[in-house]
Parts: sequence; structure tokens; C-alpha cells
Amino acid sequence: MGPDVDRQSLSREGSPACWTEIPPAGGSLRLGLGELWAYRELLYFFVWRDVKVRYKQTAIGVGWAVIQPFLMMVVFALFFGRLAGLSTEGHPKALFYLAALVPWTYFANALGQATQSVVENQRVITKVYFPRLTLPISAVLNGLPDLFLSFLVLVGLLLHYRVPPTAALAALPALVLLAMATALAVGLWLSALNAIYRDVRYTVPFLIQLWLFASPIAYSSRVVPEEWRTLYGLNPMAGVVEGFRWALLGGQSEVPELLWASTGVVLLLLAGGLAFFRRMERGFADVV
Amino acid sequence: MTDTVIEVAGLGKRYRVGTRARYRTLRDVLASALGAPFRIRAGGAERRHGNGRHMWALKDVSFSVGSGEVLGVIGRNGAGKTTLLKVLARITEPTEGRARVRGRVGSLLEVGTGFHPELTGRENVFLNGAILGMSRSRIRRVFDPIVDFSGVERHIDTPVKYYSTGMGVRLAFAVAAHLEPDVLLVDEVLAVGDANFQKKCLRRMEEAGWEGRTVLFVSHSMPAVLRLCQRVILLDGGRVVMDGRPGEAVGAYLRPEGGSAAERTWDDPGTAPGDEVLRLRAVRVVDRDRAVREGVDIREPVGVQVEYWNLGGGHRPMVNLHFFNEDGVNLFVSVDGVNQAWRESQPRPEGLVRSTCWVPGNFLSEGRVYVMAAVSSFNPTRVHAMERDAVAFQVVDRSEGDGARAECANYVPGVIRPLLEWEVEFEPGTDEGRRGAMPR
Repeated sequence: MGPDVDRQSLSREGSPACWTEIPPAGGSLRLGLGELWAYRELLYFFVWRDVKVRYKQTAIGVGWAVIQPFLMMVVFALFFGRLAGLSTEGHPKALFYLAALVPWTYFANALGQATQSVVENQRVITKVYFPRLTLPISAVLNGLPDLFLSFLVLVGLLLHYRVPPTAALAALPALVLLAMATALAVGLWLSALNAIYRDVRYTVPFLIQLWLFASPIAYSSRVVPEEWRTLYGLNPMAGVVEGFRWALLGGQSEVPELLWASTGVVLLLLAGGLAFFRRMERGFADVV
Repeated sequence: MTDTVIEVAGLGKRYRVGTRARYRTLRDVLASALGAPFRIRAGGAERRHGNGRHMWALKDVSFSVGSGEVLGVIGRNGAGKTTLLKVLARITEPTEGRARVRGRVGSLLEVGTGFHPELTGRENVFLNGAILGMSRSRIRRVFDPIVDFSGVERHIDTPVKYYSTGMGVRLAFAVAAHLEPDVLLVDEVLAVGDANFQKKCLRRMEEAGWEGRTVLFVSHSMPAVLRLCQRVILLDGGRVVMDGRPGEAVGAYLRPEGGSAAERTWDDPGTAPGDEVLRLRAVRVVDRDRAVREGVDIREPVGVQVEYWNLGGGHRPMVNLHFFNEDGVNLFVSVDGVNQAWRESQPRPEGLVRSTCWVPGNFLSEGRVYVMAAVSSFNPTRVHAMERDAVAFQVVDRSEGDGARAECANYVPGVIRPLLEWEVEFEPGTDEGRRGAMPR
């Protein structure tokens, strides 16, 4: 409370002396990141709503966040690790797969939700103005509690196998950030496309499935020949997944190179996605 | 003007019409691209947009609003009122022209935007408030007044999915009523809720105006417009046809082309209100001799006649009329399905249908009566055509002892004034009578 509270509520649309211009269609493109900052509380409320509703709606609530990657890990360890006999680089099978599936599950859910974010909020979009960017961003943020919970299981498994922590552990927040950026970058493209072409969402589960096998989750990126490895890093999730293994389990000193390629690709995708989304969002209220 | 708050110059908004599907599928686009790759490359965006007719929902709209002014925007369905509001609220962008608004803008195109049924009333107040542009600290500050205003204190921690419609609306409006923007854009939100709650909301809006807030108010309720607005813009076909004093604009709205408010006709079935099942042709107020009348003697029956072209299609449309008084109170509803022969007649061949509803004399109260005419089929319910304020007429009480007011010359309250039968018994000269009449 106090004077700074009022200043904050005023900053939403500028001070009373400030004009909001409404130019005709086809004007110059601005990213509007400053405005996005002014609407950060709304972003918070969107995230809060989605997390709350998700845990209210599912019978097992919070448990779902943990069960999903855990069951996948069991299946992967059984079929790829034991029956197909794929190398896990000397790491315990359960750890090798779960370390990859925890960031992957987060990414897959975040991308799916980001794609639907504009269409799902069409009622709000057609009634109120707010920076539409808050929608895909909140979709990417609201999976973080789930990620944290499944990460706790991973930590439990690390303790169980008595894996010593390495210095690379410090890279973990940056890796999470990279996964978020990847989901957002692709989500920006897909959510805008989905608003205009409503059948885009049917292609997303398929895309995610393809992406799963194009990423080093069931296997190690070592199976990719060395000279192709940088190219393989162009798949940003390859960087994220191998990065998680490297940070948690150790070994594989070539991972940082993989990460540079991944980061570069994500930044390009993100910039393109932002521009594309901002261009398309002007018509959202008319088409959704 | 030195303290202009809203400036609109040459504003235009074009929509594509004609295509039923509101959104396209990627499949269609890919299929047409594969079918005619050269056309896409050559035609570009123009071609893609060209397959539907265009319609200007707004055209050459210019006006400005001063600080603290309460501006009403009226017009028939499709006149562009909501589009104007959406452009000013930055929900949709104009095709041409520009506008600017000074200060914080709050828009209320609907109450309860973003309400989530799984969340509790308390949670929804915060969510809805944030969506409408309130900061978290401000919502916290006005939370208790909001709950007080809504009257749902006891259920504030119950998920909204268990609320009745009325409760949900009251809570939603309570949040909206505590918005404090510099400019408030309101669309027809008073059409919801019961009469008492509507009054409460109107009062709240009057206060908003008095506090020096600028309000743009779109409404179908002429009494509300007359009461709240200092200036009114009348839109027709996307253009401003009148900008002036509320009385004049409301008058022009109810009497298009200098005609009478008691008759509305549409000559072209292609553009008349309606759908592929039927189109309205006329709505008129008539007297016993079927002559159009705007002034009606309270003792005489008055007929409201609806004509429509039935275009076939196996539906059983029925005319329903809603009668409103000047306060916007729905007096009653009547449907031509009460005529049993008509209700059961099937199939309905193509042709012109004329339904007349007779309201008996000595039934309505004095004053102006607004009629909403709709034609719908039931089971399942489908509204084919609906025209708010289709016609209006004035009921005048000139009764001289032969009406419901008898010989009473004072103001007679009541939303209706039926002439009821009274039974009066009188027993002359009994003991009880005399005793009762005796002074103590």
C-alpha cells in the first residue's frame, strides 16, 4: 500500500496525460516488450489460474506431474535399455532416461499448451485488450511447478544411486531457460498459426513425437557420428537433454559445443516467432 | 477542445462477409495451393482475401469526447456500435483512419470476462480484476466492497460452477463496477441481471460520470441513455448519422427517415433482419381499423403486427413480442403460438406471414411502450430474426371515469393499468354499519 501502489496501477496504460494511439492496420511492427512488462501481473494471474485449475481438475492432482515422466522412464529403460540393449554410457539406466525425460516432458507439455493458448483464450481475446504475448508465455511458465516436482524425483534417484554432484550442476538453470525458450519460440509460431488455421493443433502431437525420437532421449548423442554432432545440436532439445545428463551425471565434455549451436538456433527461432506473433496477433480478435 | 480524451478521425473497419466458416484450415489452404500453385504466387494476399464480400462495419467515423463527458452510442443491430467500442478498446484494429485515447482505458464488453468455473468466487474476483486491468494491490483494497456490492458473501469460497446465473453476473458486475479507469467503454452490460440490480448498476454509472470520468456507453436502453448521457451519437450502417443532444438522437433513432416510430418496414428480403429460414418485412402498431398509430388511447385495443417472408426449410417459426416500458422493465411477452391452429399448422409453405397481437384496451399503463419483435422456432430454440425497439407507441390516458383511474386525476403508479372488476357490497341501515360510523 502507499503511494507506489498507485503509481504501479497507473503504469498499466501510462499516466493520465499519456495518449494511447490506435493506428490503422499495416503500420510498423513493434515488439512491445515494455508493455509486456507493464502487464506482468496479468501474466502472473494467467499462470496462477492454469496451475490452480490443472491441479483442481485432475483426480491425482500434483501426482500427475511425477507419474508421467516416471512411467516413461520405466518403459524406456525396459525396452530401449534392457531389451534393445542401447548404451546408457555407463550410467544407471533409470537415471540415464529420467534425466532426459524430466526436461523433455516439461518441453512437450509446454509446447502443446502454448500452441493452444490463443485459441483457448478466445473469449477473453475478443472482449479485452492485453498484450497477447502473455498467453504463450504463461503457457510456458505454468509447467514449471510440474518440472520442479518431477525434478525432486530425479534428485531422489540421484541420491539413491549415490551420484556425486559436479560443478556442471550450476548450468542447470540455464538449461531450463533454454528449454523454456525453445518451447516459447516454437509455441509462438504454432499458437499464431493455430489461431488462423484451426487444424494446426492436430499436427502438434505428431510433431512432438517426431521430435522425441530426433532428440537423444532413448539413446545417447554419442551414436551420432562426431562430424555430424554440431549439426545435431541444431535441434535445441538435443542440447537441453544432453545438457541435463551432463550436469547431473557428469562425463561427456563435448556437450558445451552442442549447447552453443542449440542456443543460437533458439535465439533465431525466438526472434522470428516474436515478429511473426506480433504481426498475426492484430487479427486474432477477428479470426478466433 | 483543450481537454479532449478520445479523438477519432476517419475511422473505418472492414470485415470479410459471406463465408460461413469463421476460421480457415491449413488443409484447405494447402489444397488450394497444390491445386493452383501459380495463382497463389501471382495473386498473393489479395486473392486470398478476395473470395468473400467485404463489408464496412465502420466508415468515416470521426468525433471527439471531452474529459468527464458521458457519450451514448446508439443504433440498430449491425450499425457498428460494438465494432467502434472494440476498436477504441484496442481489441481489433481499424482498417483505416486513426484514434487516440488519453489515460487508462477500461473496457466492459461483457461482464465476467475470463471467469473460470473451477475457481472460487474469490479467485475469480482476482482473475477477472487482473484481466480488466486492475493491479493486485488495488483488487485487494476493493475486495470487500466488491463482495458487499455483489451480495454473494456466503458463497465467495465456492467454485463459480455451482453459482446460479444471477449470482455469477452479480459478482462479475461488482468487479466491473470497481474499475477506476480514466476512460470507461461499456457495451450493453446492463442487459443482464434483475431489475433491482440493474438500477444499482445504473446508479453506480451515474456516480462514475459525476466523478469526472469519461464514459462511452453503448446501449439499446433508451431510458438509460436519456438518463445517463449528455451527448449521443447515432450510428447507422457504420456511419455517424447524428451527433447531438440525447433527446434528438433518440428521437431520430426511433423515427428513421422522418417516419413514425410505430412502423418499420424492410423492402429487400436480402438485407432485412433474418436468416435463411425467414426475413422480416414489417413491424407496425395498428388500431382496430388496421391503421398505423403511434398515439394510443388507453381504453382502445392496440395491435402489433409482424410480417415476415417465410423462406421454407421445414421450421415452425413463431413470432414473439416483448413489451418494455420507459424504465426498460419487460412488461410481458406474447407469442403467436397461443393461436393453436397456427401452432399446429405444418408444413409452413413459403410465403408472407402476417401475425397480429392484440393487446386489450384498459390494460397497459400510460407512457411509452417499446416493442422487441423476434421470430424463433422452438425445440430446439433458434432465433431467426430479432429486432430490439422495433416499434414504439405512446399510451395516453384520456379516460373520463370510464378507465382504470376512474375519477382519480392524480398520478397513478404501476407498470400496467388494467381495468379490473370490483365487487362492492353494501348493506344499508345495519347496526354494525351505524355503530362503526359513530364517533367515539
